[in-house]
Amino acid sequence: MSDIAFLLNGTPVRVAGESPTRTLLDYLREVRGLKGTKEGCNEGDCGACTVMVTDESGSRALNSCILFLPQLHGKAVRTVEGMSGPDGAMHPVQEAMVDHHGSQCGFCTPGFVVSMAVAHKEGATDHDDRLAGNLCRCTGYAPIIRAAEAAEPAPVPAWMTEDLRPVAGGKAPFAPATSDELAAWYLAHPDATLIAGATDVGLWVTKMLMDLPDVAFLHACKDLQGIEKNGATIRIGAGVTIQRLRSALAASHPSFAELLRRFASEQVRGAATIGGNIANGSPIGDAPPALIAMGAKLHLRKGDTRREIALEDFFLDYRKQDRAKGEFVEAVTIPAKVPDLACYKLSKRFDQDISAVCGCFNVTLRSGRVESARIAFGGMAGIPKRAAHVEAALTGQPWTEETVRAALPAFARDFTPMTDMRASADYRLESAQNMLLRYFHERSGTATSVLEVVA
Amino acid sequence: MSVGTSLPHDSAALHVTGRARYVDDLPVPADTLHLAFGISTIAHGEITSMDLSAVRAAPGVVAVLTAEDLPFANDVSPSAHDEPMLSTGTVHFVGQPIFLVVAESHLQARKAARLGQISYKERPALLTVDQALAANSRFEDGPVIWSKGDAAAAIAKAPRVIEGTFDMGGQEHFYLEGQIALSVPNEGGVTVHCSSQHPTEIQHKVAEAIGTHMNAVRVEMRRMGGGFGGKESQGNALACSTAIVARMTGRAAKMRYDRDDDMVITGKRHDFRIHYRAGVTDEGRILGIEFLQLARCGWSMDLSLPVADRAMLHSDNAYNLENIRIESHRLKTNTQSATAYRGFGGPQGMIGIERAMDHIAHVLGRDPVAVRKANYYNDMGDGSQTTPYHMPVEDFILGALTERLEASADYQARKKAVADWNAKNDVLKKGIALTPVKFGISFTLTHYNQAGALVHVYQDGSIHLNHGGTEMGQGLNRKVAQVVAAGFGVDPGAVQITATDTGKVPNTSATAASSGADLNGMAAKAATDTIRERMAEFLAREHQAEPAAVRFEGGRVKIGGEDMAFEEAAKRCYQGRVSLSSTGFYATPKITWDRKAGRGRPFYYFAYGASVTEVVVDTLTGENRILRTDILHDAGNSLNPALDIGQVEGAYVQGAGWLTTEELVWDDKGRLKTHAPSTYKIPACSDRPRIFNVALWDGPNREETIYRSKAVGEPPFMHGISAFSALADACAACGPHWPDLQAPATAEAVLAAVKRARGTV
Repeated sequence: MSDIAFLLNGTPVRVAGESPTRTLLDYLREVRGLKGTKEGCNEGDCGACTVMVTDESGSRALNSCILFLPQLHGKAVRTVEGMSGPDGAMHPVQEAMVDHHGSQCGFCTPGFVVSMAVAHKEGATDHDDRLAGNLCRCTGYAPIIRAAEAAEPAPVPAWMTEDLRPVAGGKAPFAPATSDELAAWYLAHPDATLIAGATDVGLWVTKMLMDLPDVAFLHACKDLQGIEKNGATIRIGAGVTIQRLRSALAASHPSFAELLRRFASEQVRGAATIGGNIANGSPIGDAPPALIAMGAKLHLRKGDTRREIALEDFFLDYRKQDRAKGEFVEAVTIPAKVPDLACYKLSKRFDQDISAVCGCFNVTLRSGRVESARIAFGGMAGIPKRAAHVEAALTGQPWTEETVRAALPAFARDFTPMTDMRASADYRLESAQNMLLRYFHERSGTATSVLEVVA
Repeated sequence: MSVGTSLPHDSAALHVTGRARYVDDLPVPADTLHLAFGISTIAHGEITSMDLSAVRAAPGVVAVLTAEDLPFANDVSPSAHDEPMLSTGTVHFVGQPIFLVVAESHLQARKAARLGQISYKERPALLTVDQALAANSRFEDGPVIWSKGDAAAAIAKAPRVIEGTFDMGGQEHFYLEGQIALSVPNEGGVTVHCSSQHPTEIQHKVAEAIGTHMNAVRVEMRRMGGGFGGKESQGNALACSTAIVARMTGRAAKMRYDRDDDMVITGKRHDFRIHYRAGVTDEGRILGIEFLQLARCGWSMDLSLPVADRAMLHSDNAYNLENIRIESHRLKTNTQSATAYRGFGGPQGMIGIERAMDHIAHVLGRDPVAVRKANYYNDMGDGSQTTPYHMPVEDFILGALTERLEASADYQARKKAVADWNAKNDVLKKGIALTPVKFGISFTLTHYNQAGALVHVYQDGSIHLNHGGTEMGQGLNRKVAQVVAAGFGVDPGAVQITATDTGKVPNTSATAASSGADLNGMAAKAATDTIRERMAEFLAREHQAEPAAVRFEGGRVKIGGEDMAFEEAAKRCYQGRVSLSSTGFYATPKITWDRKAGRGRPFYYFAYGASVTEVVVDTLTGENRILRTDILHDAGNSLNPALDIGQVEGAYVQGAGWLTTEELVWDDKGRLKTHAPSTYKIPACSDRPRIFNVALWDGPNREETIYRSKAVGEPPFMHGISAFSALADACAACGPHWPDLQAPATAEAVLAAVKRARGTV
């Protein structure tokens, strides 16, 4: 059984005897009586349960509804109750929210306050991105943004920075400290569930109501969390969060980083890992199409045996991957530069949504002709998949609108998408085709992004 | 004067610190039971067998109830007694409650609820309006038809006839706090804590469910985490379930829907199909118009009749239509029972005529704003201009309001700038639109237009306020406290706001129809006036002065030369044996309504406003963005401008969400596929307009409402229509044809409209 130690609003707490899949939200509300943190959706999509988690890498806003207690071992948690000072003094974002009428029904407000306070602590002013994971149904967000802006110049209160002292005692349960330890353990427990950020497994527990008897948490495997540049490639450890990946690649891979800006929400990006996004095998995960278009290599490990495959070969069929029992994703390697890469995510809502279609294009030209084309899509098949016929139709041809239009029929040979609640099959196919046109227009200097237009 | 001041929401400090208590935050007895429903997995059929043994054997389960186990009424309908709390053998939609699990914890109840083995004899399900119409499956005997003039004759004689069909989706409320109730048993009945816009309805239904009179049930409601109409009737099942279990077991019982259950079980905004046929002049003046409105009401009646009525009542919106016929079908389908949602049918009816205006302007090649203005009622008309339901329109202000908004939003110049921009951009196209709102204020169920309040002044001068309205975020309690504070001439902080309580103020109406401040503000003012007059009379007698000479202002009471603190005045009155407690009551004057005939004055007054939205669309994918919005809205003499602007901003974004990203999708088995925020997309932070200018019109209400203010909860929701019109305008910029954009205007719908405009479908 667990023996977890962490700081809660500045006070050390020990948790023993809880299931490893007990969520922090339930623990806060049912055991600690901290009722300020709210359950809005119990799946990480509304942000009402947002808490601040601090460790040696800094502070993050995370969804406590899909955060399991073992993930907090050795860290510090602050809830909305801990945003105010010990003497009850309000945090500057709390004061600003009152002054700018940022709350109406108030139910989403604690989550907003925590997200805003974490952003404030880091001096971040990209409020729309920081708050994309907090839904408000009352205010229309305008007064909340006014409050966030008003609080920008205020100093960070002392109590917000006092969470870094180490938490004594306890033992990280179900959490190997190295990938060697993980490899050995997983070989012995091949049917176990590996949990990195829990942004998907969390829903198995909160929505599918599954009991997960055998689990291992990966967050303590520091050697899976590296981002290393080796000459022409970058090796990204499976345990790297989307948030870290986004900032690491912002300069070198701007289009991929922009795609990652729209990957779920701040709270999810802070927990979810690149390895999880790949190993999960979802046909609508956002990273795989981009990685495939870049020509990424996947590093798998089983016990002491390692192998490397092209990422596109990992995805065999719907929810079926080329992964043996006891084998896990160790890292993914991408080229250090992919200057022609463009990533397009199409979803009902721009932020914090799941792709209906995610198209990633990497077409290299030489003397006006297509030298090579790597094009991959999510949402168009049961797996993230390359558009092999489209690539073939382009390769060797002059890079003109005629060539692009001539390649469009090939999409129907590559993909037979489905109709679901996100989009119809016809729309998926047509918008995928049009993304190639967009790619052409964009490279020709035509304005194609509604996100860059102002009134 | 506290009235008219932009004070923050009364709970703002509690909200931001996490100390504001919602029902799920209340301390409960350690042995509290937790409930969950087992629900239908098919859309229509008979239950042939039910094996609940696994449910009963699941960990923590205390009891499992079916319809046969219910001791008294099995009915949670707010209208027609057609909504059993637990199915009596037939199931009518996917998500209908069939059995009730009682367990030691919330999670245990949820887990056990999934273990029921139920067999059905499936029957054909009616899922669409077409299917329901073909099967003549409807509420009421046939369509409701209202008319004024002779639409068919006018259309026949008109130079141009324009017609079209418009489908609009429904809308999930997505209140952040899901449905919840907690019942605590007492000797004779039960106390219910719930998240409800209608505590008296809860009291009424609970009394029926536990076989008592209403006086044995007390309902307490401090605040909701959002309502939007979704907590007018949809909480009945939870309150009744917990009350029944509390009475059966003697233990407290709590029930909270998980988000997915909430979305699958509860009703949403009615989706509508509207067919319009208009006969117009070459200038776009409508000579005659016919509307056919098909409302998908779901499986039970709930509030669908008044919702559909209100859609008819808003089919004129701002326009003087001399010859009009409206035919409304209220169709019964095997889907969730559609219910109240902000605007209550008004938005659906209004967008019908706004859509027709855009269509007319497109066909005639005229500016849509010019066409609209050509059809406006006259400002402050003399009573000769009437609505389609024969009510004189005497308080119209949209002529002047539109003119001012056109200037402040620079509409004409931007309209041209948009056209210029479009000429230079092939892939992206902009659109701009101005749409007006005229929204009728009052419940169309006339007897709902009443309210009560209870005010106490204690001997230390502190004031206790209670009224029948409920707080769902709109700031009602703050506004009413401002009214009371103004009456006593004290600081609003001196007025203690308390939870809505059926034991303090009885027979309340739902906090709905935007009426909360209008009704409860007047009732509280009446109570305040009564106490103040008693105080003034006593103090005047002491000073041998006239009561009228006693002034209550600035926290002081002044008579002749004497000037005392309000506290001192209260103490003296107490010692002088003056009653310092009073109820107050208000009933809206002037209204009369015959809904069968479609005649009368259903509304005390109208609230007005207009908005301009500019958008951009991507013609390759249909993706789109709101770039700028300007709104000028009429809240009369605002009781609290900050709260009113907050309502306008929030309503606009919610209204735009309804018409853009918020898409409800059912599969062909009637299963709702968008039952969580992962798949149902309300606007997020970045979806609000980049530039968002909201101002309040500065005129008083013509009618004698509370301080001449106007209701503000629902009317601004319909400013979202300008976002939709602007998207249609952008689509129209892609080609010569009518783009016929349908709602919600998802990226997919926009791309389809772009192709129609180009004629490349």
